[in-house]
Amino acid sequence: MTALGKLFRTTAFKLSLAFLVLSAIGAGLVLTVVAWQVEALVDEETARTIEAEATGLAEQYGQGGIRQLGLVIEARSREPGSSLYLLTDYAGQPLAGNVARLPQGVLDRPGFVETQYETVGETTNDRHALAKIFLLPSGFRLLVGHDLRDRARIGGVMVHALAISLIFLAALGALGGLFVARRVLRRIDAMSNSAQAIMAGDMSQRLAVIGSGDELDRLALNLNEMLGRIDELMAGLREVTDNIAHDLRTPLTRLRNHAEAALRLEGDKSDYRAALERTIEESDGLIKVFNALLMIARAEAGTERAGMSEFDLGQAARGIADLYEPVADEAGVALHVDIEPGLRIMGNRELIGQTIANLLDNALKYGAPTPSEPRALLPVSSSSVQEKSDAVAAPGAAPADVALSVRRVGAGIEVAVADHGPGIAAADRLRVFGRFVRLEGARSRPGSGLGLSLASAVARMHGGAVRLADNGPGLRVVLALPARPATLSEAAIPRLEPPR
Amino acid sequence: MSSMRILIIEDDRDAAAYLVKAFREVGHVADHAADGLDGYDLAREGAYDVAIVDRMLPRMDGLSLIGALRAQNVETPVLILSALGQVDDRVKGLRAGGDDYLAKPYAFSELLARVEVLARRRPKGASEETTYRLGDLELDRLSHKVVRAGEEIILQPREFRLLEYLMQHAGKVVTRTMLLEHVWDYHFDPQTNVIDVHVSRLRAKIDRDFDTPLLHTIRGAGYMIRDSAR
Repeated sequence: MTALGKLFRTTAFKLSLAFLVLSAIGAGLVLTVVAWQVEALVDEETARTIEAEATGLAEQYGQGGIRQLGLVIEARSREPGSSLYLLTDYAGQPLAGNVARLPQGVLDRPGFVETQYETVGETTNDRHALAKIFLLPSGFRLLVGHDLRDRARIGGVMVHALAISLIFLAALGALGGLFVARRVLRRIDAMSNSAQAIMAGDMSQRLAVIGSGDELDRLALNLNEMLGRIDELMAGLREVTDNIAHDLRTPLTRLRNHAEAALRLEGDKSDYRAALERTIEESDGLIKVFNALLMIARAEAGTERAGMSEFDLGQAARGIADLYEPVADEAGVALHVDIEPGLRIMGNRELIGQTIANLLDNALKYGAPTPSEPRALLPVSSSSVQEKSDAVAAPGAAPADVALSVRRVGAGIEVAVADHGPGIAAADRLRVFGRFVRLEGARSRPGSGLGLSLASAVARMHGGAVRLADNGPGLRVVLALPARPATLSEAAIPRLEPPR
Repeated sequence: MSSMRILIIEDDRDAAAYLVKAFREVGHVADHAADGLDGYDLAREGAYDVAIVDRMLPRMDGLSLIGALRAQNVETPVLILSALGQVDDRVKGLRAGGDDYLAKPYAFSELLARVEVLARRRPKGASEETTYRLGDLELDRLSHKVVRAGEEIILQPREFRLLEYLMQHAGKVVTRTMLLEHVWDYHFDPQTNVIDVHVSRLRAKIDRDFDTPLLHTIRGAGYMIRDSAR
């Protein structure tokens, strides 16, 4: 039952059944109309024959009166397959012809009539004829008629044709429905098997796409895209957990060591105080890293979307520049600000502000021309770094300056932070977006290695991107954002509520 | 500093006990409710200066509690304390009727500073004065003029707002994040000591040429402007 029951419940089966019923009704209607038309045609033909015979008989009557008419009728009646004739006198007594009996009163009304009849020597009464009655002088009556067997036969042929065509229709419909149902069913079953495998934990599985471009293919493509997105989010989540496990372990260990050292301490109150203060400082650093990680993860998942509003990006950037201006001043760095007015975007002002702050912070920290601290990853061959270092190591190098600009570029807005520091070697430019990646020169300075990761996550959340470029010499970080709201497809990402 | 009545609605008993003890140590009166409904009853009956409400509470969650209090015209300032510290969580909290929002984990000095500033807000209209005076320092909020001992001090707009916020809360500790929130309208932790640099610039303008310093650094907490001559 199950396989058959499943088939009966499928949409394909129901659809083919409906089509079958509809086409049967259609075929029946067509055949009925054709039958009607043919019958009308037969009737017309019969009537014309009757009229022609009557004309002939009228001529005979004109020539030889009732006697000759009687003789002609007798003669014609005996011919095989002849028409029907009946000649009666004024009292209704038959004088000549091959019709033995008629229903009462048929002969009373002249003109065409459809009637039952019996021929001479027959007893059946289900013979039907189309006949015309003529009134002759002196009360004689003449009936000329034609059997309707042909018409009935045509009707029979039609019914037969209908029956046969219905059988063919049913067979074809059932086969077609079965074929479609099986084909569609098999693909849907395959999809649901894949889905089960994915649910069981094999996230690498994808739904089969056969390349026909039909609805099922499109569905599979869309679902695959969704699975890809889920996969990405899960990978991000995994990365965060891995990072928390690996990179928070070091500061946690340090924190624990401080506390232990304080316990072993044999000093006075102020020593304990100092130890505790260091412990708190250490834990504050941890909290900061933790918050940054969370913020990156949430920006990547698109869950900060609720905080989106329209705001003036230039003004926000100016606010941040204003915040950092004294810091730059103190560090002896000239901060140039170049902001185009009226650049509004739809976004999370808080996150974008923080991103710009991070970029400025980086530029102020690492952007000074200090060749002793080139920014490069440890394993990278030092040649490219060396070049850069040489370029800025020249005595009397350009005074430290950092430029912040916000400009419309094409359909988007670009926020650029440029410095004249040692820059980042082209080989490292992709790597620095990874979480906790800190280049060699930066390791000795405070920072978490999360700034660019956050920038990149925030940019992507807004449908933009971050790119690193050579500022010849130095680094130019460009945060490119679309001027209009983030794309619809991204807005459709469901919100992930944090667990309570 | 005058003593305040503080209501702590927090289901974590350790955290609550720590807060009650810490507030008492600095001279305030603190009560504790362990769930949303008890907290609601206490907040409605007692005349508290500030309520500290955890967002996730048994029996009635923090945001509903605040909504219910506001519906009953209880205008006690509320500080929301929450493990959910992201931007939109904060927006949700403030929209629900909270007056301030602090993410866990927090420093007690930060919480104390915020609570004291919140309590001060109560008498409406008090902060609507157009001129703030502190010792020989005078700030006119309408003309944006700052005068100390008869001498006009020229401040940048941002410096003016910094001083304005400090003077509005004269005698209270104001933390770096509070300054960032109210003067720059950002809620993140700046990586470097950006706020310190701004404050030291302001200090250079208002204190350097005078005998009595007004702007003080409170170690481990933030800043305070007060007339130490008194």
